[in-house]
Amino acid sequence: MAIAREAEPVGSLSEVREAGLDRVDLFDIYRNMLITRGVEERGHILYRQGKIPGSFYTGRGNEAAAVGVATAMESQDVGTPLHRDMGVHITRGVEPWKIFAQYMGRADGPTHGRDGNVHMADIHLGLIAMVSHLPAMLPVAVGCALAFRIREERRVAVGWFGEGASARGDTHESMTFAGTRKLPVVFICDNNQWAYSTPTHLEYATEHVADRAQAYGFEGVVIDGTDVLAVYREAKRAVEKARSGGGPTLLECLTLRMEGHAVHDDAFYVPKVMFERWAENDPIERYRTWLRENAEMTDEEEDEISTGVKKLLHDALTRAEESPMPETSTLLEGVYATPEELDTPHHM
Amino acid sequence: MAEMTYLQAISDGLRTEMRRDDRVFVIGEDVGVYGGAFKVTLGFQEEFGPWRVIDAPLAETAIMGGATGAAIMGMRPVAEMQFADFVSCAWDHLVTVAAKQHWRVGIPVPIVLRLPSGGGFSGGPFHSQNPESSFAHIPGLKCVCPATPEDAKGLLISAIEDPNPVLFFEHKHLYRRIKTEVPEERYTTPIGKARTHREGRDISVITWGAMVYTAEEAAQQLENDGVSVEIIDLRTIMPWDKAAVLESARKTSKVLVLHEDTHTGGFGAEIAATIAEEAFEDLDGPVRRVTAPDTPVPFSPPLEKAYIPQVEDVVKGLRELAEY
Repeated sequence: MAIAREAEPVGSLSEVREAGLDRVDLFDIYRNMLITRGVEERGHILYRQGKIPGSFYTGRGNEAAAVGVATAMESQDVGTPLHRDMGVHITRGVEPWKIFAQYMGRADGPTHGRDGNVHMADIHLGLIAMVSHLPAMLPVAVGCALAFRIREERRVAVGWFGEGASARGDTHESMTFAGTRKLPVVFICDNNQWAYSTPTHLEYATEHVADRAQAYGFEGVVIDGTDVLAVYREAKRAVEKARSGGGPTLLECLTLRMEGHAVHDDAFYVPKVMFERWAENDPIERYRTWLRENAEMTDEEEDEISTGVKKLLHDALTRAEESPMPETSTLLEGVYATPEELDTPHHM
Repeated sequence: MAEMTYLQAISDGLRTEMRRDDRVFVIGEDVGVYGGAFKVTLGFQEEFGPWRVIDAPLAETAIMGGATGAAIMGMRPVAEMQFADFVSCAWDHLVTVAAKQHWRVGIPVPIVLRLPSGGGFSGGPFHSQNPESSFAHIPGLKCVCPATPEDAKGLLISAIEDPNPVLFFEHKHLYRRIKTEVPEERYTTPIGKARTHREGRDISVITWGAMVYTAEEAAQQLENDGVSVEIIDLRTIMPWDKAAVLESARKTSKVLVLHEDTHTGGFGAEIAATIAEEAFEDLDGPVRRVTAPDTPVPFSPPLEKAYIPQVEDVVKGLRELAEY
């Protein structure tokens, strides 16, 4: 039996206004979702062209969940987004050309060719780069929240994990510590129903991952992760609750991973009917329809946004391709930090 | 100067930094109300409050990952594993996240991880280990292993100042056994610089931690044989003072590497290999290693005594080298 609260869908424009979004915000959300998908679609092309070494991962189907949560964060908040959360990077303001440069292992990517894929983040935008060991970034997010609590700052940390990684002990330790200390952290479970080829019933025995929250002493909420406004509203509540000393919340965004685990995986193990059913809930199409029906988005407005996104991505690709490969002489640099580097804004 | 035990010197260094810099905080199991399993932080919570001396749940992953997040947000965490052995539970956050974050994305992670290590009092396989070589192998980490109270204080302060994750291996068998004069004021001891514990002409012993004292007793016995032994206390093994080791090797032309950790792949192997590569022509004998055998640490006193290098083991090794 479910224990977590099930989030209500957001219906009308007035509900959205109550949640703190105006029409400009609504269009920004739409634009960010389009950029997110566009970056990953172009990444696929680059991969097929042989321009991306190694493997390639996307978050198709997770755009609403990622953008919705990131929109609810304030600039002073921080987060640890994962490989399905490109929308978080986009919403926080990462320039797409840097992402393409990262994909291709170029010198101007955020990691200068030292790491690939979405293993990147701009700390000046409040984001901390993920590692492959999931959910190793959850305790890091809890540690950020601990720093805010010690310094009595009104800041919130957001930590992401998947339903697969919910099986690992890091999840338990993070939620135990955050719960006992009522730390200002929001846990986001991107539940896309498949951990590589493993289905949910082999990852957890409760009805929802969010049902566990009660055991850690805080609230769990299950959200339709294809409904960007519902995700935003719940994330906003959770972030502001954390900010005002109310402690953690676990938000579970239910989606379907619409592609394989990575580009090499055709996801043959996912029933076809499942893809068909979730394709009807495509988060971008769903939100576009909502904007037209509820926010009176006109053809001109829609065109302007999509044309702008296309141009942005085109220019980004051009700029990324101009970026050189890293010099091998840089390999040995930066194993250790120098004392001067501690005087950066995020270290103050 | 004041007389301090090794343990008091660690407390003194930590207290000094916490008074000086409010970004420094302590997190670990039983570090607050109880003052730590070995009482290093006794009285700290009364002085600094519960949010700077944080009693964590029994969750090493949360402690290490939490320290990493807090460090990235500008704090200077000093995290404690109750015993160095339990660092295995925090491996990912130390090795996967903290050690690589700066090289990957340019973010410094200034953490000190205090690790009460070493055997000698029947702690058994899970309360006695010396895991420093495992971490010396990880690019991005620093490993500090002080032997004296003065170095323990100075190196702890250096570790807290350092912008990288620093593992501070404090040997439990030295905590209350070793008591010397320690400056009362704040000072730092540089990470990566060895200390000549004893000057000698005939054989060099390269060692660190509690083995410095084992080497000293052995050197005194060799003196009666007319053999002059030099002892280099490395103090830190990553980075390690290669120049000091090579200089001593060139001076004496015979080297014995001594450590309490197990034999194969112990840090002594790295030292021996480096001497072979860079000072081969200066040697008058093979580099010898005296170490623990390749087994877990045993519990029963006679077994543990057979495991940890004893003075007579070092004496035997030195005599063999002297006669070579």
